[in-house]
Formats: sequence, structure tokens, C-alpha cells
Amino acid sequence: MGTIAEEILSNHAGKKVKAGEIVVAPVDYMMSQDGTTPLTIKAFQDMGGKKVLDPSKYAIVIDHNVPSPIEGVSNLHKGMRDFATAHGVKLYDIGEGVCHTLLPESGKVLPGMIVIGADSHTTTYGALNVFSSGVGSTDMAAALISGKMWFKVPQTIKLVYNGKLQKGVYAKDVALHMVGTLTANGATYKALELYGDVIDDMSVEGRMTISNLAVETGAKAGLMSCDERTKKYLADKTSAKFNPVYATMDAQYERVIVEDLSKMGPQIACPPDVDNVAPIEKVEGMQLDQVYIGTCTNGRYEDLEIAAKILDGKQVHKHTRLIVAPSSKMIYLKALESGIIAKMVKAGAAMLAPSCGPCVGTCNGVPSDGEKVLSTANRNFKGRMGNTKAEIYLSSPAVAAYSAIKGCIADPREVL
Amino acid sequence: MNPKMDGKAHVFGNNINTDYIISGKYKFKSTDMKDLSTHLMEDIRPNFYKEIEQGDFIVGGSNFGMGSSREQAPLVIQAAGISAVLASSFARIFFRNCINVGLPVIECDTSQISEGDELHVDLERGVVKNKTKGIEIKAVPLPPVMVKILNDGGLAEHFQKYGGFNL
Repeated sequence: MGTIAEEILSNHAGKKVKAGEIVVAPVDYMMSQDGTTPLTIKAFQDMGGKKVLDPSKYAIVIDHNVPSPIEGVSNLHKGMRDFATAHGVKLYDIGEGVCHTLLPESGKVLPGMIVIGADSHTTTYGALNVFSSGVGSTDMAAALISGKMWFKVPQTIKLVYNGKLQKGVYAKDVALHMVGTLTANGATYKALELYGDVIDDMSVEGRMTISNLAVETGAKAGLMSCDERTKKYLADKTSAKFNPVYATMDAQYERVIVEDLSKMGPQIACPPDVDNVAPIEKVEGMQLDQVYIGTCTNGRYEDLEIAAKILDGKQVHKHTRLIVAPSSKMIYLKALESGIIAKMVKAGAAMLAPSCGPCVGTCNGVPSDGEKVLSTANRNFKGRMGNTKAEIYLSSPAVAAYSAIKGCIADPREVL
Repeated sequence: MNPKMDGKAHVFGNNINTDYIISGKYKFKSTDMKDLSTHLMEDIRPNFYKEIEQGDFIVGGSNFGMGSSREQAPLVIQAAGISAVLASSFARIFFRNCINVGLPVIECDTSQISEGDELHVDLERGVVKNKTKGIEIKAVPLPPVMVKILNDGGLAEHFQKYGGFNL
């Protein structure tokens, strides 16, 4: 008798709960990254934590500063490695990949679970029917010690995206459209549930791009149902049994939004907010200094594949730099073996190790004053990439790749 | 935490994100919050930390603290000497993080507060008195779970006291 969020939280709380109630529920998997783990360790110690209750349910990922650019970071990384060794928890060290790609790849986050991550884009696993949400370091430490967290059961907004996406229009465009229409504050404290032909026809990787951006509407989770595609995606990764959770027919939604996206073209988020979304025509032709393809939003194989297809045999514009970072080692290897990395490098791409530093201005690819950057990441706030005097636009990998060749924001439907 | 607080208002707009509160380029390098606090709001208000007197308030519009889950955001605000954050609404993770680290957050109509206004905040009564304008603003009550954590001084102190969740 509830939404996906209500059903998953009820299953974990051992009683039927509805939106608005507060529950203390067991957590099935936990993750923190190098921006949040040092404070998690500190909170763990401040709380008197002696051991991680179940080390098999926790992973630490070093992905935001890869490899470490300065000694301060190196020392924090060392503290993370030491903690992982001392408590017997999984550590993904430099070069392994970006947290939100690694967890789904690992087969550890499965339909029906509750997962928390000390990173706001933890909403990504909603695409796998996981109630997953970002938390701070103290909540993370409390969960490491107790195996639990308290949740306010959220209301849910149901989004139904029908129709068939045009050629050259991708999951990222749907995600940006979602953020633009709901706005940065439109789903605060709430969960999203996504349905419709567009979602049904989309790869699981694409769905993760959408759930990833759910947090940019303020949402706590961006949930989808488990279907045959989800099961097939997981079959390669784990033999563990799981219990998908579906919304019931009589579930109560705060709102239901139904749209047909057949006519939608590529979307661009303009600075300085993710919900400042415009159709590509509005910004087409704007000169670019740098293009960045990667991150937890768009660094997966299919993202690199479409970028390589567009870049193949072409050259990046002489006034524009192209940076590409696969979001995991597995993806990097697959892309090396299939030859798509060679295509991108020949076109002029500078490859980074699997990591996400440029998105958040920690290392690599910091733009100079007055520069304009087009990125496949998830945030375009002033200063986000490390320079307040640069402007950041967000797009799909296809728009990014074609724009890198043209040296300005360009519509890939011209060549696809 | 003092349930009654007095200080000056430093007013910011809507959708203040955690990157503005403490930029990613700094927050990964150190866990020394006093050190990081000199960069508080630097990207939108350089040298803001110099304007703060111990006990002052940060006042925001809607969706204050949106974006990343970095707990450095409330910790840096605390370390800079701010006693509470007032906003017409808060982003979810930031709101939780504030309570967890023992930084009071007050949801109220902040449209009646201007830069430099002298405020008196009474957490127990749930009211904000704008002494400069001579008006009283009612705060939205916190959920009882959050009041309990805040009264214990934060989630770490709550855990120390009870050895786990006791909500």
C-alpha cells in the first residue's frame, strides 16, 4: 500500500510506514569518498566507535583527487587507507573509478535495498530500484557503528516520461529537462519515481544518469522499478538473490507529472545553476575553451562510445581542449580493448585516470579566468571547477563531443 | 548550544549551495575547520569571515545548503563563529548535517530580515526577534527527533550518551 520509498522503508522498519513518519532502519550498504571519509573517520572516533559493525557492507572510494595533487590530500588519503586496513573494509584506491559507477558494477547494491553514501549523488542507484541517498559524515559514522540510520519517510512525486526520444537525444537531456522543470527546490525532502516509455526503452546506464541528477531537484531518492533490463544488468555482476520492490496500485503521490518527450531536443544547463536549463538552440554557437566528458553522471561506457563515434576521424577544435575520464577501470579497459579510447586520443582528447576531480575543482582541468567550459558533469555552480571566473555549461556526452570538434556549443543531431 | 542567542544578520539569497559555503578546492585538503573557515562563502562574498562577530547569524532565502553532502559546510559555519543559520527553507542533507553537528537551523520567513539587523533567537519558544525592525518571526518547529539530537549537542554526543540511536 505505498510508493517504492514507502515500501522499501516499511520492509526495513518491519512495520508499515507512510510518508511523514520517522523510522530507524537498517542500512544494507554504505560508501564514502575522499571528500567525506576523513570527517567520517573523525566522527566515528568522536562517537567512541571501536569497530565497523559489518565491514562487508562498507566501501571507501578515492576518486575526487586522483592521484593526490598535494601533501594535505595525500595525508588524508593515507588516513583512509589506514582506516580501511584496520577495520577490514573494502578500499577502492586511485585508478579504480568513481564511487557511483563502482558500486553498481560491484553487484553490492541491489533492488529493494537501502543504501547510504557520503556523497550527494548517491541517488544514482535509484535506477536499480535501491532506496539510496546522500548523507553527511556523522550520519555515515553512526551507520558504520550501529548499522542503522533514521529516515523521514518521504512523499513521492511520480514522473511519467512517454514517447520516443529523437536521435541525438539521450538520458542526460531527459535528466536536465527533469531538473529544469522541477527546479532545484522542486522535490526537496521528497522522492521521485520515474516511469514511462522513455525510461523503459533506456539502458540501465542511462537510467543511472537520470537518478544521479535527481538530487539536483532536492530529492532524497530517484527511484525506478526493476524490470528485465535491470535484472539482465545485474546478472553479469552478482549471483546474489534480491527482492525488487514495486509501488502498489493504490500508492499516494504528492504529484503526478506526465509528459511526452518525443519532440524534445538536446538540453543545456547554463551557469550558475543546474535548473537553469535551455534548449540547445538558445546557446548554440557559444565558443568553448574546454570540454570535459566523464564523472558519475556521464563517464560510463555508452557515454564514451557515443563521444568516440562523433570524434572518430575528426580533430578537436584548435581553440578548445578536450578532457576525458572514464568512470571506472572496467570501463576504461573495455574502451581500450574496443578501440574507442584510441579514437578519442587521436582526435585530441587528454585522458585522465578513472576519477572525477575536474567536476569539483579538486585537481586537473581547472579553467582559467573568463573561460567557458562544457561538461557532462552534474553541477555548474560558480567556482565549481575551481575558478569563480569561469562559466560552466552542462550537456550530454554527444553534445560535448560534437562541441569539442566545432569549438562551440553544437547540436549533434547534425551528424547523427 | 545556547537556546537564546543574540547577533547580527548576514543575509544571503536563495539556493546558496554547499560549494559556495566551502569550495571543493579547499575542503579536500584539510580537516582543520578553523583554517577552512577563512574561505567561508569566499566565491560569492570574499573575506566574509572578517565580517563575522562571534554569535552572528547567517540568513538565507529558500533551499539554503543545496548540493553536495559535505559536512564541512556546517562545520565551517560553526568554526567561523556563526551561532545559527536561518532560512525560509533548507536543502535536506545540509539540514540533517547541521543538526548532527549541533548547529541550530531555523526555518522561518526571512524576507523580513535585512543585512546587519540585530536578531534575538529563542529556540525554546521558536521565535526570532528582529530587534532592529521591532518584529517577531515565528519559526517552523523541528521534528522531535531532531530536537532530541540537537539538545544532546549533536549525533556524536547522542551516541556517546546512549551508545547508539535512542530516538
